[in-house]
Amino acid sequence: MTSFDVMFYVIGALTLLSAVIMVFSKNIILNAIGLLFTFFGVAGIYVMLGADFIAATQLLIYVGGILVLLLFGVMLSQRITGLEMRTGTLQVVPAAIVCVGIAAILLRIILTTPWPQAKVAAPAPTTSKIGELFMTTYLIPFEIVSVLLLAALVGAAFLGRRDAR
Amino acid sequence: MMPVGLTHFLVLGAILFCLGLLAVITKRNAVTVLMGVELIINAANINFIAFARYLDKDLDGQMFGVFVIVIAAASAAVALAIVLNIYQRMRSVNLDEADSLAG
Repeated sequence: MTSFDVMFYVIGALTLLSAVIMVFSKNIILNAIGLLFTFFGVAGIYVMLGADFIAATQLLIYVGGILVLLLFGVMLSQRITGLEMRTGTLQVVPAAIVCVGIAAILLRIILTTPWPQAKVAAPAPTTSKIGELFMTTYLIPFEIVSVLLLAALVGAAFLGRRDAR
Repeated sequence: MMPVGLTHFLVLGAILFCLGLLAVITKRNAVTVLMGVELIINAANINFIAFARYLDKDLDGQMFGVFVIVIAAASAAVALAIVLNIYQRMRSVNLDEADSLAG
């Protein structure tokens, strides 16, 4: 067992454990904390896959942006002083059956498919190559996604106004 | 025990996906449902990056990963604005109570 394998199991266990806490906890703050550590774990997985730029982006955008946004949503939509911090669940048994079924199908497909065993190159810095691709091959998607992000943020700011009608 | 390879990362992604799906289906609170959606998006992204590492000689998978993160940010912003509007109108973010459009 190499140190790479040990790292994978440690980070994977951290990710899955915090995801389980996020899903099964009834306290909404605990949900958010679980999600935070899941995001950290996923960033670690990206590092193990040699995707340094994506890992940094994951930390900046998910941990720094989306999670703070979600916590704002929690704070603004819960009566903090009351007892409304708990979240209920609906239809747990059918949902569990569906999810376990989908998991079984996915795992069976993943484990039985003969994936090509290519020799993997050593991880190299990807940031400059990603920047180059953004300005050449992926120029049009890059511009489209920029406009989409602008439109979504303007729309969110409009919807979030107190007197939006 | 076989060395960690593509399969391990795909299994991790599949389990994360199913946990996110469970959160989306079962939670009553709209904000928690959004957290489940983010979990699903992360699981999909792990698959993209894993395939980029093990099957792809270029960086196409990582480019897709960047686009997925951007679109996840946009959708989270819009969805939370909608949730806050629902809260202002109904004083609750429980999805089973937001049924004024139900027949």
